[in-house]
Amino acid sequence: MKENSSNFMTLQFAAKSENESFARVTVAAFVSQLDPTMDEITDLKTVVSEAVTNSIIHGYEENSEGVVTISAWIEEDTITLLIEDKGRGIEDLELAKQPLYTSKPELERSGMGFTIMENFMDEFDVASEVGGGTSIRMKKRIVSKKALYN
Amino acid sequence: MNLQMETVRHRETLIVRLSGELDHHTADLVRMRMDEEIGREGCRNLLLSLKSLQFMDSSGLGVILGRYKLIKQKGGKMVVSDVNPPVFRLLEMSGLFKIMSIYENESSALSELEVAL
Repeated sequence: MKENSSNFMTLQFAAKSENESFARVTVAAFVSQLDPTMDEITDLKTVVSEAVTNSIIHGYEENSEGVVTISAWIEEDTITLLIEDKGRGIEDLELAKQPLYTSKPELERSGMGFTIMENFMDEFDVASEVGGGTSIRMKKRIVSKKALYN
Repeated sequence: MNLQMETVRHRETLIVRLSGELDHHTADLVRMRMDEEIGREGCRNLLLSLKSLQFMDSSGLGVILGRYKLIKQKGGKMVVSDVNPPVFRLLEMSGLFKIMSIYENESSALSELEVAL
């Protein structure tokens, strides 16, 4: 039986596109202790994929010497994710958050990454420093399945 | 690689079946192979069949939108079929269905495309 408890994990990996699926599968495995629904797992996998892809493409501009760090905390039924890089940072955060805006149209980026993160999570916050890196903090309460038991 | 791609020509329509996971890592190959097929003579329309696509993120949206522009330039139509719930949600959220029709399966998509000729 699940008790009210907290848990955490940290994951560090090279900024290589091969690691995008590794990152989202790992976070999905970690959150499985909260009994999420398939939809909730998909949401989390998608936002991890978006944030990690941003770090690789924009933060490190595909230089695989860069390091991406994911930390995750579970507090009762809520998961908090912190996804950080030490890359270039974002000059204009408000512009970057606009749906369909992309700084790299030549790469056929859709410009939907931040919009997806905002939509799929309950809380979403970006901090960035030019030359210092970007960190994204997101929260989601895992609810749907538990409602069935009550 | 965690993505498989199969292409079939049906008259003027290129059918592309994607299975697995479409993300930034797998997007480049999908883009390259699709553009090669789209560039062939007589290819006008594109049907993206997504029955076995388990995961997609905004990198996949970029690939779809890019191919949509190409097909439109050629005067053709692009449609999608067999979209499963997680991918559907992403396509819906991004407003893709405003520019692209969605069909339950390949045969209904194909008959629509042929009527449109």
